Amino acid sequence: MGKLKLITDGIVKNNPTFVLVLGMCPTLGTTTSAINGMGMGLATTFVLILSNIAISAVAKIIPDKVRIPSYIVIIAAFVTILQFLLQAYIPSLYETLGLFIPLIVVNCIVLGRAEAFANKNNVGDSALDGIGVGLGFTIALTVLGCIREFLGSGSFFGMKLIDSDGMLAFVLAPGAFLALGYLMVLFRKITDKKA
Amino acid sequence: MEYIIIIISAVFVNNIVLAQFLGICPFLGVSKKVNTAVGMSAAVTFVMALATLVTYLLQGLLVRWHIEFMQTVCFILVIAGLVQMVEIILKKISPSLYQALGIFLPLITTNCVVLGVAIQVVTNEYDFINNVGTANPSMMNLPQAVVFAVATALGYSLAMILFSGIREQLELSKIPKAFKGVPIALITAGILAMAFMGFSGLV
Repeated sequence: MGKLKLITDGIVKNNPTFVLVLGMCPTLGTTTSAINGMGMGLATTFVLILSNIAISAVAKIIPDKVRIPSYIVIIAAFVTILQFLLQAYIPSLYETLGLFIPLIVVNCIVLGRAEAFANKNNVGDSALDGIGVGLGFTIALTVLGCIREFLGSGSFFGMKLIDSDGMLAFVLAPGAFLALGYLMVLFRKITDKKA
Repeated sequence: MEYIIIIISAVFVNNIVLAQFLGICPFLGVSKKVNTAVGMSAAVTFVMALATLVTYLLQGLLVRWHIEFMQTVCFILVIAGLVQMVEIILKKISPSLYQALGIFLPLITTNCVVLGVAIQVVTNEYDFINNVGTANPSMMNLPQAVVFAVATALGYSLAMILFSGIREQLELSKIPKAFKGVPIALITAGILAMAFMGFSGLV
């Protein structure tokens, strides 16, 4: 139960997008379609799990004063590995996500979990926390991607549902802000009965 | 002329916050008051110009040694180091400015605007000056890169200050409880982004 809670906490109570409001740049920038959102979510999850494991393993050796730069270097190393893997195996995703892949380094979710969880807990728990928060992020991005893809181009995961062009604004910048804003209201209504 | 095109394009047409979604965290986080928004914008502008200059030169070295894959690691280290250095220097030279920027200075390390622009200027596909209609696009040259960085920072400041002004007004209005805080800010940003879409096609 305790272990499972670590994962569900990351999805609902500590949802990085809807509750903590972290990592907004990739959330808005890459969710032009459901598949892109999911790709970005999984890429971030990959880095999050590995950096959580690595940081919890070495946290005791790192002096307190240089802790943030050290964490950033560890995260940057995993991002570089991810860049290589994507380039080799899923080049199409690498092309669409573009600039947002190296920017995972400065994604506040990854550094935030390192600082708030991984440096205080053991390797196993940190890995689970990485999985939970990563899944929460992936789900949020996929849902947002679905909504924007449906409204913007009338399709679902690339399948055409409605025979029309849709509202272009939802694929462009304004739709991202609007969709996320209303989605956040919905999430609050569901999780918090008082709101 | 080309510098004017770079400036108009970076400030209005491809506004870094409202069109490219970079630096959203501080855009939402420190935009509750106009004063803090101005402080943050000034700090970002300063660091961004400096960081782009250094990383542009560093990229030359990376290419010469054929270790381009170290780009992400090197750039973030340079930015973190620079921010630390600026902090120390400002403390000695201009304590008043240091006081004014306060907490915003260390926060800039994790602001994706700085790393984003540093990577953009050394990537061919983002170069819209030497790129137009040519078969093999070249990188921006150094003055272009620095002008681009400063112009992007100005665009960031413009968006930030406009947005903080709107948010100050929002504080006074009645908002349904579920919309309070971030959601209404996002919806406002959406409308602001729509206004900025009017500039598209200008350059």
